[in-house]
Amino acid sequence: MSLHHFLILGAILFTTGVFGIFLNRRNVIIILMSIELILLSVNINFVAFSHYNNDVTGQIFTFFVLAVAAAEAAIGLAILVAFFRNRATIDVERIDTLKG
Amino acid sequence: MAVQLPEMNLVLLSPEILLSLVAMGLLLMSAWSGKESRGLIGTMALSGIVLAAVVLAGLSSATPSATMGGHFIDDRLARAMKWLLLIATALPLLMSREYLNQHGLDSGEYYVLTITSLIGAMAMVSAGSFLLLYLGLELMSLSIYVLAAYQRDQLQSTEAGLKYFILGSLASGILLYGTSLVYGATGTTLFTAVANAIKTAEHVSPVLVLGAVLVIIGISFKVAAAPFHMWAPDVYEGAPTSVTAFIAVMPKVAAFTAFFRVLLEAFSALHVHWAPMLQLLAVLTLAVGSLGAIAQSNIKRLLAYSSIGHVGFLLIGLTTGSQLGHQSVVFYLANYIFMSVGAFCLVLVLNRQGIGDQISDYAGLAKKRPLLAFLMSMFMFSMAGIPPLAGFIAKLYVLMAAVKAGLLTLAVISVIFAAIGAFYYLRIVKIIYFDVAEQPFDMEVSLSHQIVLAISALIVLVVGIFPGKLLDWSLASVQSLL
Repeated sequence: MSLHHFLILGAILFTTGVFGIFLNRRNVIIILMSIELILLSVNINFVAFSHYNNDVTGQIFTFFVLAVAAAEAAIGLAILVAFFRNRATIDVERIDTLKG
Repeated sequence: MAVQLPEMNLVLLSPEILLSLVAMGLLLMSAWSGKESRGLIGTMALSGIVLAAVVLAGLSSATPSATMGGHFIDDRLARAMKWLLLIATALPLLMSREYLNQHGLDSGEYYVLTITSLIGAMAMVSAGSFLLLYLGLELMSLSIYVLAAYQRDQLQSTEAGLKYFILGSLASGILLYGTSLVYGATGTTLFTAVANAIKTAEHVSPVLVLGAVLVIIGISFKVAAAPFHMWAPDVYEGAPTSVTAFIAVMPKVAAFTAFFRVLLEAFSALHVHWAPMLQLLAVLTLAVGSLGAIAQSNIKRLLAYSSIGHVGFLLIGLTTGSQLGHQSVVFYLANYIFMSVGAFCLVLVLNRQGIGDQISDYAGLAKKRPLLAFLMSMFMFSMAGIPPLAGFIAKLYVLMAAVKAGLLTLAVISVIFAAIGAFYYLRIVKIIYFDVAEQPFDMEVSLSHQIVLAISALIVLVVGIFPGKLLDWSLASVQSLL
């Protein structure tokens, strides 16, 4: 296992996350999962670099990212619940009151 | 093994610590006390911000200094930007209290979230590493997502919150992925150490450039630079107006300081790589800002596009890479705060039961309320860049910096788009002065609105005629860069 393997895994997860946000036309929950996927791909990058550079900063950074990801998921779900109460759907195509 | 702790000079963090205590205290207060204390919480939040300003003013002027192992920087730029952030939070807070009362939003959490986002922004402007930059950015953004969705029984507000959350989180993710690549290429997250690593490396690695590009994209999302602006009009329209006034100014100040830190402290050696990218962003942003606004009928959407246009000018100042350019960015930001706050304050004053969101609602304002009409036209003229108002000097300095840096094409393009932009600002003035009045316009202008309007109008006028002091101040704040 070399550094490249981890980086490629991270890149695949990151791209999956980004495409999950833009191509997904059904469900906002999937978007929240995609956001988590992006943050986790970042963590893989940080830990891999940290290990191969013999530097502990990356692993510390990972803990902060995990903590922020938890807060982000909580806030995202809370806003989604508030939205669902008004719209009675979490269909991505129905988030269309504001024309942008 | 003894673990060595880095030195911690908590005195430098005292404004942030004070604000954190205020936020936590207010959160407890709003949880335990009844409805009658709501007014008190608002007053205490404002006094907390004033107190933080006093503490900031009382800090020793021996700068720059870093603490927390270099993660927290306290230099002239950080101090200057913290002043702007405090103003950009206090004024919207002062003018939003009646709006909150009218719409049943006046709960303590509103003030707590405003202050936590201010703390996040203050951490961002003092960031000496990508770690603190990210944490500050997230604290600021997460609080603002909730604020945008604050009117939780209104579909528009929750939709605005949801859109802001999704695109903002994506932006944070991109920024973070870029940070991880920069960390991999340089082995550190401290800005100064990243800059050293880039200078000592024999060649610029593609991983580093990709990381830098992703970091820039992440911050561009936050300032709503095209093509990463698509959230802005929707969020500005859907969020409660008092929140819109806040998110139009405060995050921009923080994010542009983040640009300063990242581009000029960490990636200064990569100027040849990021300058063309930012120039492209600037042109696109100017185009979207001026062309997008023409067809708008909602005043909040229009102000959203107007703020995108201003971001275009700020980006031009940033790409020059000269001291004059950086000075012009700080100067522009300072003026932008007052122009934008003034315009939004008038929108709040005129906002009555469904009236005041459409531009056509303002028809004939001049016949009924000449003073309000005069102020609105003044802010519009200033945003359009018409002398002798502050907005003109701000645009002038950006253009001067662009020309001196040899970016003639960019300067010409920006003047063309500014002229197109003037069209929709003048359209509002025309509607106010020459259309037939349909609304009674019998609203009272409360004391807090009077104060905010007086401050903004005075600054826009006085800085327009005597810009010297503010220009010197802007220059002093960017001298530690480069």
